[in-house]
Amino acid sequence: MNLQEIQSKIEAALPGIRLKPVRESLLIEDAAMLPKVAAFLKNDPVLALDYLSSVTGADYLKYLESVYHLYSVEKKTGPVVLRVRVTRDSPRIPSLVPIYRGAEFQEREAFDMYGLYFENHPDLRRIFMWEGFEGFPMRKDYEQEDSEILETADIEWLDRHGAKVPEGMRKKAADLKAQGKRAVAEKTGKSIE
Amino acid sequence: MMEKMFEVQDPVNHDTQTLQVNIGPQHPSTHGVFRMNVVLDGETVVSLKPVMGYLHRNHEQIAENISYTASMPYTDRLDYFNSMSNNFAWALAVEKLANLDVPERAQYIRVIMAELTRLVNHVSVIGFLLNDLGAFFTPVLYAFREREKILDIFEEVSGARMMCNFLRFGGIKRDLPAGTLERIKEVIQNFPKFLDEFETLLTKNEILCMRCQNVGVLPAELAVNASITGPMLRASGVNYDVRKADKYSIYDRFDFKIPLGQTGDVYDRYYCRVLEMRESLKILQQALRDIPVTGEIISKKMAPFVKAPRNFKPPVGEAYGRVEAPKGELGFYVVSDGTPQPWRYHVRAPSLINLTILEDLCIGHKVADAIVILGSIDIVLGEVDH
Amino acid sequence: MIFGTGIIKGMLVTLKAFLASYFKGPHEGGIFTVEYPEKRLAEKERFRNFPFLLYDQTPENLRCVACDICAKECPPKCIYIVRDFDKEGRPLKRPAIFDIDFTVCMNCGICEEACPFDAIFMDHEFEIAGPDRQNKMLYHRDDLLKSNEYFNKIRPTDAGAIDARRREAEEKKKAAAAQAVKAKTTQPQPEPPKT
Repeated sequence: MNLQEIQSKIEAALPGIRLKPVRESLLIEDAAMLPKVAAFLKNDPVLALDYLSSVTGADYLKYLESVYHLYSVEKKTGPVVLRVRVTRDSPRIPSLVPIYRGAEFQEREAFDMYGLYFENHPDLRRIFMWEGFEGFPMRKDYEQEDSEILETADIEWLDRHGAKVPEGMRKKAADLKAQGKRAVAEKTGKSIE
Repeated sequence: MMEKMFEVQDPVNHDTQTLQVNIGPQHPSTHGVFRMNVVLDGETVVSLKPVMGYLHRNHEQIAENISYTASMPYTDRLDYFNSMSNNFAWALAVEKLANLDVPERAQYIRVIMAELTRLVNHVSVIGFLLNDLGAFFTPVLYAFREREKILDIFEEVSGARMMCNFLRFGGIKRDLPAGTLERIKEVIQNFPKFLDEFETLLTKNEILCMRCQNVGVLPAELAVNASITGPMLRASGVNYDVRKADKYSIYDRFDFKIPLGQTGDVYDRYYCRVLEMRESLKILQQALRDIPVTGEIISKKMAPFVKAPRNFKPPVGEAYGRVEAPKGELGFYVVSDGTPQPWRYHVRAPSLINLTILEDLCIGHKVADAIVILGSIDIVLGEVDH
Repeated sequence: MIFGTGIIKGMLVTLKAFLASYFKGPHEGGIFTVEYPEKRLAEKERFRNFPFLLYDQTPENLRCVACDICAKECPPKCIYIVRDFDKEGRPLKRPAIFDIDFTVCMNCGICEEACPFDAIFMDHEFEIAGPDRQNKMLYHRDDLLKSNEYFNKIRPTDAGAIDARRREAEEKKKAAAAQAVKAKTTQPQPEPPKT
């Protein structure tokens, strides 16, 4: 069954839902509808998408996204890809744990890395980062240290340990300190739809 | 006085206190730096919360800041037992994204390497499972003897025993050196002999049976719902193998069966792996029979990027490539924005997701059984924490 | 079946292995480990460990031209290169600084793969240890230099192929140069302008 047929099937079953095909996937425009769509796809006897393979977040600067890859263990078909977009200010998405138990750790991971709040998740805590860690490291605006530029503190440390530091690096570090800046990596790349 | 001490108020419902115990992160039975926050009532597990992240290095962030090919050696370090299948999954995802074809000989070599990896993983996992059971190191050494022969082949082919970094998008890094295929054939010929010996040592062993049968039973329905994959899922009797479902690469050309368990307990998971190795041997024999003698090893589209991986820019789009890794379904989700670095890179790590039901399996069992159940799930912390 | 038969059968397997360790060779079920470091297994030709820089004949004659490609391709960014300049400030085709931090290097071999000048290769030497990170594990240009003969010794197949290719390219170049010289000499010389 191709994407269009699935789309029309969902639209017939759940009136009022807005779906948009994006790159071989279905974008559910109203995030609150996600569990209903998932439950429908899982219980539908023809599709029987009973296996949630992957849940992941993504950051597209203008919005955050959560992507779901669904397969059918029974019919050996798939994937059907669902996606949900939320704003950066209120990244709230209903959790799929009540429908697919396998989402539990993956949603925790997406929360940890992207700050997507999965509502109704039984145990939404950070999974990899420690408790009390601030920020969400996979977001594109997360200030990451530039590995190629050293800061004065690094150079002092290297000096103390007797390592040779090239003059250029020393100067760059001094300039940064004079400007009161930190060595933060620049993010390149343009946003894609 | 003595009588008073031993007097039991209510002989049926002991008014016992629960005790919270940390198992790990530095503990040999946790297979790495993995912590289990266990609440015990006597010896029985009441609740168990897995804690991970001690080996977290934000693999995804690293990959989003380097070129596609440069991620290849990093994928080796996810599940360091099976670097070849990790490479395979990442290569498949990018090949889907950039629409690359793979030459015939390269396909065969990939399959041979992936199946050899499965042998490596399953023998060592069974060895370590027995370690967790208390059979300290005898089975592991039997397993490692065979594993070493396969790792020698990996070293001969790729230059490293474990961190192979051998696959490339659209093919493989280098052709096999002369005489390797004969050596692989030799190893495969001797492998069934070893498996028989291993089975005589273990399969009918009463202690193993008593410790493993009906321990950590995973019902089929829960297994599918909790996205469990790999030998664990099949031990529960669910017939699902990505090699059969997706028919990726050239797996549709081989004749092999999928071994299934019945009860889904630890013993079934052990035995499923043994049978899976026998099926892998069948695939290997067929692949070694059919492999073309010579041929291209990398697709023409990718040839210019061998010397300049940074210039490789897949078209804008996204792809999800998955393979049946020895631990389960390993998937890579990649979004390209047309630059040399991926915009989004995600690993669907089977070890991590298979841990979801660890608590359900362990509740009601003894602490010693919890260790065995964890061993039977087969985790590698490099992959769990990515 | 009597309880315990499985265990006894398993014990027989271990007994067999125990006896085999005395009487059988390493590939027939006997002991296959060796007593490192007194004894060593033969190294595989493709075995790769930390990279080294290759030179022809003399150490001044190194092949690296400081193009910075390996440093850019290196996944963990462990290579640091600074180009050499002559007295007038013109860039030279050789590195002034070529540092590899072996604490960071992960032996992936991508530098070797990407190098267009056959200048950097993966070594077989793996017994590298030092008391601290800064002095011992940061390798400078002169520590990394190794001769082509050494390369031929450790990896004869690869080195032979590369040498043959280079010789061919050199001969082609020479022939082309000779052709050009010939063309130049046979061409009618332009007359010097009259003053």
